[in-house]
This record gives sequence, structure tokens and C-alpha cells, in this order.
Amino acid sequence: MTDTVLSDPTNPDGRAPTDSLGNAITVPDSDDVTVVTAADGSRWELVCGLEVHAELATATKMFSGAPNHFGDDPNTNVDPVTLGLPGTLPVVNQKAVELAVRFGCAVGGPQSVRRSVFSRKNYFYPDMPKNFQISQYDQPIVVAGELELPSGHVVGIERAHLEEDTGKSTHVGGAGRITGADHSLVDYNRAGVPLLEIVSRPHVRSTEQARQYVAELRSILVACGISDGKMEEGSMRVDANVSVRREGSQELRTRCEIKNLNSLRSLGRAIEHEATRQADLHAAGQKVVQETRHWDEAQGVTGTMRSKEEADDYRYFPEPDLVPVDPSPEWIAEIAAALPMLPAARRARLAEATGEPRTAESVVVVVDRAQDDQAISALAHLARLAEVGGDPSAASTLAALADDDVDGLSGPDAGARAAAAPDAAKARVLVHVTQNLAGEGGADLAPVRLAELVALEVAGELTATQAKQVLAELVADPEATAAGVAAAKGFEAMDTGALEAAVDAAIAGNPAEWEQYRTGDPKVRGKLTGFFVGQIMKATKGQADGKAATALLTQKATD
Amino acid sequence: MSAAEAGSADTAVRIAAAVRAGERSAVDVLEAHLARIDGGEAEVHAFNTVTVDAARAAAAAIDERVAAGEDPGPLAGVPIAIKDNLCTRGVATTCSSKILEGWVPPYDATVVERVWASGAVPVGKTNLDEFAMGSSTENSAFGPTRNPRDLTKVPGGSSGGSAAAVAGGFSAISLGSDTGGSIRQPAAFCGVVGVKPTYGLVSRYGLVAFASSLDQVGPFATTVADAALLLEAIAGHDPADATSIPQEAPKLVEHLDDGVAGLRVGVVTELTGEGISPDVLARVREAADALAAAGATVEEVSVPAVAYGLSAYYLIAPAEASSNLARFDGVRYGLRVDAPTTNEMMVASRTAGFGDEVKRRIMLGTYALSAGYYDAFYGQAQKVRTLICRDFDAAYERFDVLLSPTTPTTAFDLGAIADPLTMYLNDICTIPTNLAGHPAMSVPFGTGQDGLPVGVQVLAPALGEQAMFRTAAALEAAAPRTTGASK
Repeated sequence: MTDTVLSDPTNPDGRAPTDSLGNAITVPDSDDVTVVTAADGSRWELVCGLEVHAELATATKMFSGAPNHFGDDPNTNVDPVTLGLPGTLPVVNQKAVELAVRFGCAVGGPQSVRRSVFSRKNYFYPDMPKNFQISQYDQPIVVAGELELPSGHVVGIERAHLEEDTGKSTHVGGAGRITGADHSLVDYNRAGVPLLEIVSRPHVRSTEQARQYVAELRSILVACGISDGKMEEGSMRVDANVSVRREGSQELRTRCEIKNLNSLRSLGRAIEHEATRQADLHAAGQKVVQETRHWDEAQGVTGTMRSKEEADDYRYFPEPDLVPVDPSPEWIAEIAAALPMLPAARRARLAEATGEPRTAESVVVVVDRAQDDQAISALAHLARLAEVGGDPSAASTLAALADDDVDGLSGPDAGARAAAAPDAAKARVLVHVTQNLAGEGGADLAPVRLAELVALEVAGELTATQAKQVLAELVADPEATAAGVAAAKGFEAMDTGALEAAVDAAIAGNPAEWEQYRTGDPKVRGKLTGFFVGQIMKATKGQADGKAATALLTQKATD
Repeated sequence: MSAAEAGSADTAVRIAAAVRAGERSAVDVLEAHLARIDGGEAEVHAFNTVTVDAARAAAAAIDERVAAGEDPGPLAGVPIAIKDNLCTRGVATTCSSKILEGWVPPYDATVVERVWASGAVPVGKTNLDEFAMGSSTENSAFGPTRNPRDLTKVPGGSSGGSAAAVAGGFSAISLGSDTGGSIRQPAAFCGVVGVKPTYGLVSRYGLVAFASSLDQVGPFATTVADAALLLEAIAGHDPADATSIPQEAPKLVEHLDDGVAGLRVGVVTELTGEGISPDVLARVREAADALAAAGATVEEVSVPAVAYGLSAYYLIAPAEASSNLARFDGVRYGLRVDAPTTNEMMVASRTAGFGDEVKRRIMLGTYALSAGYYDAFYGQAQKVRTLICRDFDAAYERFDVLLSPTTPTTAFDLGAIADPLTMYLNDICTIPTNLAGHPAMSVPFGTGQDGLPVGVQVLAPALGEQAMFRTAAALEAAAPRTTGASK
């Protein structure tokens, strides 16, 4: 990664070369950079930073005891402090501070958590009860961090700060916008809900990285119990700071902020659209005005909300009703020690255990579904089984394994242990967890039972098709064992002779198709392979191994 | 006997002792005060609201509890007046502003809860300069309060109504708020005791904020002992106020008679020179002599940075006020002047609802916080504040308490001061302690050439209330008699 300090050739006064905390602005290179083409054919690459507002999973509000709960009747989760009644005072919610510290420890380690000061951000808006928002300004609680995306790209985090949410206005008449509305209704249930505003560095270089960043952030917030991460309920709201620069250049041009991108789909579309809009302006020699824009999902365009020139002067000053928040190093250490394993570490562990790359889709998906413990534990069982060399179909072998402590192994060390499992077993476990245990109840299947099944499969006693059927039974019936289900279904290892007989019978019964198969091009042959394997499966009631049958067909056609 | 004399005879200490002992009924005590309100309130206008029915019910309840063998608390049956910027559940709280028209708080301020819990009987809400911005109680949307000692004079401000209520015998004690002298200056003008406690000693929850980092609630009383009794009742940590000091409040009443022998008293050079009228200065010198005679060591002390207090104050206080008063916008409560759009409605409501002095300070404060001016104004003022603290700290290394006048002059005529800047100078002696967060109190000590009361200010370091009250008690004992002033 090459970090470069940049300047804006088109707008030297428009942007300080440092961020809000005085750090130099850097933009990393990446293998994956979104490049847009302007109307004149010139090519422009994306530079993007994201601001995510995450509602914190506290029982009460940021500065009062009113409930923090989504979806209740309007103006029921309010108290005098929420409504900003005269004489009321804020008191900091310690749980919210703890969750912010947790986030800091997760992305930046204990040293990224600092003494922080609340400030008032002053502006008039009807859904803001005090006409100022209590936020953190020049001294946020988290001052550094980074996020490794599933793709391996690393996005730096500039800061994260605590603040209170505003209420929600509903405009009646006038197409639902404040201008021209007949009247407006305000719901203060959301007012005062604790928010963590997480600001990334401009390290997002592609629309895919933007989506991955938000998804990864969401996983971390959920894994750590910091937020419920529900974008559809507004628990996570994303703003994107978008600029572009000539492909291959190191410039930093004027950015625009797109507000309230509330789905991963909107996020990617809005960024791409905005990048193209800016590229067109630059290519035409026109100036990009620094402004706040909104995303119109239906039209697929961004539009001006307010420009920087007419933006409010927020008149920040330290909130005199609150004292600084100064978490002790001991408390921070305690919180850091109690953090769960984070998604990136989980991916690394699963990759190590399975021999797959960390960026493999199966690895990403299994961790995303929080089934990596299941896979790793099953692999650890299989490694143990390979070690003792017992008969996988013998109940006694597996019973002994179940008493092993591998089920309880979910720490980073479990990966090394699981890595000793046979390669064939690794592949099968990953396939089952990724594909066959994605449905209801799949995640609850005990790893030892999955291990038992895979052991039989690897030993050649079950075909892939049979294994899938047995697995479904295991999920449906917690008492069932793989060996038991296989026996009950009459699944037995089909020897080569029996399989060859079934293949021969299929050929003899379908001479015309066989002729086409034998003489046809690969496309025709591919199509007819499916037909013959289907016939063979039908005849053997699914006991045939599809791969072996295909191999036999190929062999007989070339004989 | 004048109303003032009758009032001072009826101290909270005596009332509470008699009511708790079952020797006097709270109802009788209340009726005596209501009778004085009937006689004098029309002229004085100390109150925005007199809660006669609620007070009678409260007094009757106190008597019932005494009859049932219960102890209603240290302020049992003591009539108390409450400044109308302290929230009272079910009773309009106006801040003497039109903007809060029709608003009735759904909750009690912490100090109001505490006076109820101490057995006091609230009699009403007192007049003030709008949102506590002023030094004469002339900036009230409901008309000025007059000084019970001389009805041609102002009572001082902004807690003029609370000072006048006590001076006029309408209530035995009262609560005010002090941001730059709003308790001490009217106490001095009205010849009563007024205390600005250490910042954080008394909860601000339910005090409608003027300048949050300076505001503090405190007592008015006719005697030092009464002020101590009331301060003990309201002081102490409140989890609803994050700036409240999380430790036990100093004990005051039991140390009032400890005397001042060996106490080191510093007379502040910068507050006893230019700008202070000679008769007021003479009283301060006599007060210092009296303390020396009582065994204290008295010396002059320089606290250089207090000279910059007024300038710093008139940046910090308006800046905070501009933000604190932003919530009065017509959306949720109070006055609403309809207009075609929400923004226009807010502008119209605020234009109609706020008085001139409030608007002046909102504009000053908005300017002081603006981008590009913050460092030169608000930032610079905070540095001055730090210097003032440092100079006070140095002084308190050598002295236990400091002494100064409370005000440059005695009470002036209604309407006499039209220029805001001249009015601001009234608080020159009181403002530095607010900036430092320290306690200070005003004790009556003789009269000026005009026969009006003079207040001597006793200042102390943070949480130094005990020494401050001991000094005040000694001054009270030595003070020339001032009651019976002309009316």
C-alpha cells in the first residue's frame, strides 16, 4: 500500500490536507479500483470515505433514562430530558460509553480510546428538541483504527464519536417534503438515542469495497453487541464522501457527501452515479461544488441538499452540562479482554483450518453466517479421528470423540488443530456447511454429528448425494446418527462391479442416446452425461456415486 | 413595625423549631406571611405567582404530620419563595418571559423536591430579570419588582423577587440563582443574606439554564443561620446533574458559632478601589476591622486577574445562553406565533417572545461562538477564566476567606440605568467567583449615606462554605443594626 499526501489541483482552498484530527489525508492503492468513464472518454478513479451512524444497543438513551426502543407508538419513549424541556440536564449513559470503548478496542486496540469531550452542535431544526445536538467534536472517544475487508483490502478508521440522534419529522402534504408541506408531525422517540458515528479514511477505492466495508462493520458491531446493525430499521445509516481523480494520478479533488444510503445496493449505485457525475463535470472543465447531496433511489440519481456555502455554522463549543469522559486504562483493558473473536480473525482461522484462501467465498460466507465454529469443531473431530484411526461407522469411536473437548474449542487455536484433518474431509465439511447447512436448523447441528457423516463419506461408505440426504435427516432429528440413517435408508457402499452393471444396463436400455453420446461433441456429451447419470441413480436408488459413474461412462465411450 | 422588621423577626430557625415542637402551627405561620403579602405585594411585586391554595394545603399537611408524631424536616412549616426560573410541577414557570407563556412543567427541580422534603411551604414564584439576565429585575415581561426597603429603588437582580420576598417578610426564606451575582447583588440591595454556593454543590436540574457553567442555585434569608439551614437542605450530590459534586456537602449550621479566631482574611485590592462608592468602601473597612477584633488576621491581597472578569463573563455567559435559549422556538411549548413555514414561525415566536436584553445577549453569544471568531472571543475568555482561577488559588494559599464589597453602590432608582454596559458594571465584584466556580455570600453590614443597606461579600475557595459562613456569622454579629430603614 502506497500512502501519499495529496493536494487538490482544482480547488486549493477547498480542502485542508489534514483530517478532523490533524492527521495527513492518505489514499491507498488497491487491485480493485472503480474507474468511471466521463462523457469525453477520459477515465477517473474513485476516492471514497464512509461515515456510518450506528445506533447503540443500550436499554436507555444517550443522556436520559427514556427507553431506547424502535417501533413503538410516536412520542411514547420520551421524558423531560428527551424533549429538552427547560431546566433539564443530560447525564452520560455509561453503557453507551462502554460500547464505544468496545468498538475502539475492536478496530484500534486499547490505545485508540481517548479522554473525550462532548460539544454542542448548534442549529435549528424542529426534530431536534434543544436546537443543538450533543456530539463529540475535536476530542472523540476513538481516534484510530482499521478494518480488513474480506477481500484483504484495509480501510483506515479516522475516528468514532458518541452523539445523540434526532427525532423524526413526517411532512404531511407537499409531496412529503418540508417545503410546501401543509403541516409536519414530529416523533421524538428516536431523539436522544445513542449513536456512534464511525468515520473512515478515504480508503474506499471501489463500490465493492464500500459494500464490504459496511457489511464488515456491521458484522463487528453485531459480534461485539455494540449495535443490532439493522439497516432496514435505521440502526445503521451510511453517508458517503465521494471524489474522483484522473486514473493513475495522486490528486485529491473536491468531494461531495451523499446522505442516508440505507442499503448496500443503494450505496454502490449512489457512489458509482456520483463518481460519474463528478467525472463529467471535471472532464467538461466545470467545478464540482462541495455540498451535501441526497440519493434518489427511484430515479437513480443524486441531487443537491445544501451546498457548503450555505451550510450552517454549527458554533461548536464544549458542552458545559457534562464533564469529560475519561475511561481508566484498567476499564479499557477489561473491555478489550472480553471482546469476542472478530470476523477477520475468524476468517483467518477458518482459512488456516481448511487450507482455503482467506478471501474464498466459502470462508467469507461461513464466517458471515457465524458457522465457522461449527466447521472448525467438526474438522477438529475429524483430525482426532484420523489420529486414532478408528472405524468411523463404529458408534464407540464417535462416542469417545464426543467426550473430547473439541466442541468447546472455539478460540484462535482451534484452527491449528482442525488443520490436521484430512484434505478430503476439509473440502466436504466446507461444502456441507456452505451449501447443505444453510437452511433452518443447519447451524445448530452438533459438530460431532457432522464429523461422523463426513468420516463415512470420506471412507467411501456414502456418496455425496447420499451424504446430503443423511445430513437433512440429522438436522431434522437430533437423536439420529449418520451411520443409523445410512443403514435405515439402505445406503451401502456400492462396489465397482455393481456400479459397472448399472452403467451397462443404462447403456443397453438407451442405445440411441448412447450413440449420440459416443459420437457427439463435448457439448452434446455434457448434456447426455446428466441423462445417463440420472438413469443410473434411478436404477440404484441414489446409491451410485455420480462421479464414479461419469468416469465409467467416459471410459466406455472411448474403449 | 415595618414589613421588613416583622419578616426578620420570623426566622426560619425559629419557625422550624416551633413547628417541629408543636408550639406553633404551620398554618398560622403561613397566614401571617400571606397577610404581609396581601399588605405589601401590590407595591413590591415580588411574585409572578402566589400559590395560596397549594401553600395552605401544604401547611395543613405539615401540621397533621406533627400531630401524628412525625418530624416534617429541618424546614418544617417555613414559608419559602421560589425564583420563577426553577421548575415547579403543576405551577407555571415563566422565567419572567413571554416566550414561556402557558408552559407548566411536568416536574420539580431537584432543589424544589428537596425543600418540599425538608418540610418547607412554598408560597409562590418570584419575579426576575427575564431568564436571569439583568441586575435590577426591571427586565421582566411582567413589570419590575420594587425594593421593600425603599419602593423608589430597584431590588437588584436578577433574583430581585426572591430578595424582595424575604426583605418584605412575604416568606422567611427564598431560593434564587446566581450566574454573575444574581443572588448576592439583590441581597445587598435589599439588606438580606444571599449565598452563591460552590459550583456543583447544589443541583441545577430543573433550573432553567442561563449560562450552564456559571449558574448556581442558592438561598436568601434574613439571617446567616437561616441561609445555612436552607443551603444544607438543598446541597448535596444529584445524579441528574453531571456537574454536581459527588461528595457529602459541608456541615454549616453546627459550625456557625465556631468564631473567626485565627482565620486568615484577605481584603481584595482590585475590588476595593476605583468604581466603588466611598460609603460602601467604608463599610467594608469596618467589616474587616470587626473581623480583626474578633480574632481574625486581616491583610490586603491582590487578585490581579479579577479585573478582567467582567469582559470574560460577557463572552462566556452570552455564548452559553445563545445555545441554552435556542430551544424556545414555539415548536413544543410556550409562545407560538403562527407563520407560513416552520422557520418563519420560529423567528416570529422568538421575536415576539424575548425581551431586548435577552435578544442582545443571544446575539452577543452567537457572534462570540461563530466560525472565525471563536478563538478571539470564547476561547480567549476561557483563558482569562483559567487565569482568574490561578490568581484565586494563589490568594487562597495565604487566606481562608476573602472580603470585598458585594456591589459598587447601594440600590439605585428604578429606571436610573438605561445603558446596558453601565448596568453590567453592577456585577463587577460578584462575577469573578462565578468564573472560578467558588462560593461567595453577601451579608448586610450597615447602610450607605442614603440609609440603604450595604452588603459585604465573603468569598471562599471551592467547598470552603464552612469558613465562609463562620465569617458571615461573625460579621452579622458585629454589624450595625440596619432594620427599620425608611420605606
